[in-house]
Amino acid sequence: MSGLRRILGGPLDLPLERDGSGRFLPWIVALMVYIAALALAGMMALHGAAERWQAALAGTLTVELPPGDAARDDAVLAVLRATPGVRRADLLDKAATVKLLEPWLGAGLDPGDLDLPRLIDLRTDGGAGFDEAALATRLAAAAPEARLDDHHRWVDPLLRTALAAEILGASIVLLVGAAAVLSIVFATRTGLAIHQGAIEVLHLIGARDTYIARQFQWQALRLGLRGGLLGLAAGGLTLAGFAAAGRSPSLAGMAAGLPRLALTPLGWTALALLLPGAGLVALVTARVTVLRSLARMP
Amino acid sequence: MSPPRPVALDAPRRLCHLRLRLGHGLHVAWGRRRHLALVRFDNVGMRYGAGREVLRDITMRLAPGGFYFLTGPSGAGKSSLLKLIYLAERPSRGLITLFGHDLATTPRRELPALRRKIGVVFQDFRLIPHLSALDNVALPLRVAGLRGERVRNNVAELLRWVGLADHLDARPATLSGGQQQRVAIARAVVSRPSLLLADEPTGNVDERGAERLLRLFVELNRQGTTIVIATHSESLIRRFPHTRLHLEGGELTTTMQLQAEYQ
Repeated sequence: MSGLRRILGGPLDLPLERDGSGRFLPWIVALMVYIAALALAGMMALHGAAERWQAALAGTLTVELPPGDAARDDAVLAVLRATPGVRRADLLDKAATVKLLEPWLGAGLDPGDLDLPRLIDLRTDGGAGFDEAALATRLAAAAPEARLDDHHRWVDPLLRTALAAEILGASIVLLVGAAAVLSIVFATRTGLAIHQGAIEVLHLIGARDTYIARQFQWQALRLGLRGGLLGLAAGGLTLAGFAAAGRSPSLAGMAAGLPRLALTPLGWTALALLLPGAGLVALVTARVTVLRSLARMP
Repeated sequence: MSPPRPVALDAPRRLCHLRLRLGHGLHVAWGRRRHLALVRFDNVGMRYGAGREVLRDITMRLAPGGFYFLTGPSGAGKSSLLKLIYLAERPSRGLITLFGHDLATTPRRELPALRRKIGVVFQDFRLIPHLSALDNVALPLRVAGLRGERVRNNVAELLRWVGLADHLDARPATLSGGQQQRVAIARAVVSRPSLLLADEPTGNVDERGAERLLRLFVELNRQGTTIVIATHSESLIRRFPHTRLHLEGGELTTTMQLQAEYQ
């Protein structure tokens, strides 16, 4: 209990709370936590989107056939339905094919105006029972002009982009962490220089290095938690703003290109951990900095 | 006036004090009784950085319960010698043994425990400005892990003993030079150190104040504390029982057992 009281503002032998460097540290930590929170939320949103894309396309293939040969279409359907691992094979009618083209060609198109290829929507069980290579061979035998599309050529570049963005987000979190560590090292060293006289007195009357380091580490923890709380609150508000913008009909157009910011419980936990993380980074950094500095004293 | 009861003085420590009192008369034989030496220097030299040696070939023994004046002109090395004893500096050569510990082989982590056996009255007092007189004096006890009401009461009693009962909560900046000095002395003796070092403690007080101060040191010495006082004041040291260690140009030139005018 006394330890908690000390953390939350008990008296220190050194007046660290009055240092100018200490006054700025919570703001620096707040900014770092804010950036880290946004980067982390962005990473998790992208990761979620990539997983959804993969899940939506898993076990789905399309067979494309030139138009005008109904008997061949039926033969292909029979081959597909007889293939192990295939759950469903449905030939899309012309109206359904035209609907797929609406985003590019607009609505109100007459199916009779275009010589559209026939599409077969193929659903597999996605398990080991389905062999895509074997299906391609059988399909080529039944209809050499048929083309099997597993959608990878569309989704792979998207997944690669999402992965690159996730790596970028993780790098930002790491860089922000490193910048926070440097800021705390600088503030701690400034504190050591300001209170050099008092530290020498403590050292000479028999204070262990850990006793002196404790003063700095609790102060850094206080400031780190204060800044972390501030940054996390600001980050939370910003993320709530993004989520609201995604739901708002007037802003839906602006947010259309963004992945959904619906975080999982694990995601919220990761964001919440930024607060104790900021405190812990501040505490450990200050402690190590002070101990390394004091080790040079006799 | 006798000093207040020591803070957390346990039975073995009291026994030790008794033994030190019995040993008080033995310190004349300090040269021969190696095992009695509280502080032992063998051919010690010291330099700051790459500068010249400020102390050269110092060999001496300080016996438990002894009372020593360290004299010499300015720049003779008195403060440097004290710094070596209170472990603020390391020798550049030679061997120092403190409380039976060879400092060359004692691990750094064990030095704080040795420092806690030493009380130091610094020439410039070195009080911590933002702490009250009471908190400044309590500092060695807090550092040793002692806290609570009992510590506060003992420290307050000690401050009353040095005449600062009305200034317990005063910050150093609001105290006069003499009052600051008394706070510094209270801080140096609060944990009942085995060895008390004072660097020019009479430099900021008048002759009457200096005599009062020296009587205080004599009283502490009677209770078993070994006292080493660096001073210029010849008139003062003639009036107190002591062994005199005289430094000239960084060398220990004289060691004399002198009779006191005052007993």
